[in-house]
Amino acid sequence: MKSLAEPKKWERYFWPILVSALFLALWHYSVIWTATRIFPSPLDVERGMAELLRENVLWGDIADSLRRVAIGFGAAVVLGIPLGLTFGWYPPVNQVVNPTMQILRPISPIAWIPVSIIFFGVGDDAAIFLIFLGAFFPIVVACVDGVSNVPSVSRRAGRNFGLAPWQLLAKVVFPAALPQIIVGLRIALGIAWLVVVAAEMIAVESGLGYLIIDSRNSGKRYDLVVAAMLLIGLIGLTLDLGFRRLERIKSVRWGFRNES
Amino acid sequence: MEPFVTPAAVDTKLRVEHVNIVFDRDGKSTPVLNDISLEVGDGEFVCLLGPSGCGKSTLLSTMAGFLSPTSGEIKIDGEAVRGPDPRRIFVFQERGVFPWLTVEGNIGFGLFKLPRAERERRIAYYVKMVGLEGFERTYPPELSGGMKQRLEVARALAVNPDMLFLDEPFGALDSITRLIMRGELLRIWEAERKTVIFVTHDIDEAVQLADRVVVMSARPATIQQIVNIDIPHPRDISSPRYLELRDGIFKQIGLAHKL
Repeated sequence: MKSLAEPKKWERYFWPILVSALFLALWHYSVIWTATRIFPSPLDVERGMAELLRENVLWGDIADSLRRVAIGFGAAVVLGIPLGLTFGWYPPVNQVVNPTMQILRPISPIAWIPVSIIFFGVGDDAAIFLIFLGAFFPIVVACVDGVSNVPSVSRRAGRNFGLAPWQLLAKVVFPAALPQIIVGLRIALGIAWLVVVAAEMIAVESGLGYLIIDSRNSGKRYDLVVAAMLLIGLIGLTLDLGFRRLERIKSVRWGFRNES
Repeated sequence: MEPFVTPAAVDTKLRVEHVNIVFDRDGKSTPVLNDISLEVGDGEFVCLLGPSGCGKSTLLSTMAGFLSPTSGEIKIDGEAVRGPDPRRIFVFQERGVFPWLTVEGNIGFGLFKLPRAERERRIAYYVKMVGLEGFERTYPPELSGGMKQRLEVARALAVNPDMLFLDEPFGALDSITRLIMRGELLRIWEAERKTVIFVTHDIDEAVQLADRVVVMSARPATIQQIVNIDIPHPRDISSPRYLELRDGIFKQIGLAHKL
């Protein structure tokens, strides 16, 4: 449906692009006016990005970061969803586990760095473990909340049609909780992407986070630092947009609209 | 002329025997149902009528097996009710359809034990019966309130239950749709002859639909009176007999408020 207040198609692209352009201009002239020699201008960054691409290091770093997120986030999904569903399904279990989880949950994955290095040594496993930690708790909590928010009417209807408990979980409780679980997964993926960069600054020697630290340490190449930062932002945006497409699947779309 | 069936003339389907329900909450016990006894015949349409919050929905949930009585017993076909059962489907006053399933998916929800061909045949039959042709692949958020309610009735009928429990099923609909839905429900009931227990606080609705209206008092609910509606269908809702029965119940409910 098209309402009168809805922007025209060109406007939907024009204004966001204008704002980005204004931001770049502000950045560019700030560098010129302050005559800084350390902070790079957008053009320096663009040249730095081109240099990284030419030297073919960039793709490897991107692939390493994405691989770590995929494994860490994947493990969090595989463990977190069944655990979260179980805790939500059996409130007594949740009551026992919840206090411990609520203490562990607010601890930033960054604070776990020393501990994860003790466990896994300096290397991939430590970084992946940190990503896992960052993604695991939001997923579990989203599942617990999702399951406990399933209306009792839906559960009763399921029981009325003669479903066994596991069928009730698979056919009623899980689909009813799915929109909330997807929101949790999206938040968890965002956190995973935040954590990978931090983890790579300390625990490993590849990836976009490492690229930032390495560019600074070896010759104060702030053009490369900022280039890597922008790349992190762009990839994060792409991941989020990709995940948002899940919300448009018809069997979960009902959970993402105000009217229903 | 004997247009209505007296319960004595047919087999007893449901028997409620001295049912009491007391809710215990925060150390306080609230009696909700007080010594309810009732018999419903096979194929009968009975309305439970009472003021809001009187416990009529609680009684219906107990009949459906979602709650167990504090004392007393409910028997269906001579068997004590121990829990919900696909032979008796509850239609909820809230939106009971599953928003993650299409119209087809909802109607087929209870048919998971049937072979595929039979399942599809039944889905098609009930889609047609409730007038949702062309909406088979539609998800409930895109349906109107009346269509959703018809869908829920179709989902209930598809498993071929012998009883339907309806808990103010048309309460959220506008008055025109509600009137149409009452007509539809009667048409379906006359075609399928299920035993129907219908909870409502709308006196007109009760007198338009039911063979018998069970008038309940405010909480703790007791059965105040059982009114036989001896008007044949389709009912003329301006006939003197209709108005007489309706006004009688109005007085009865008025008394309930003066207790």
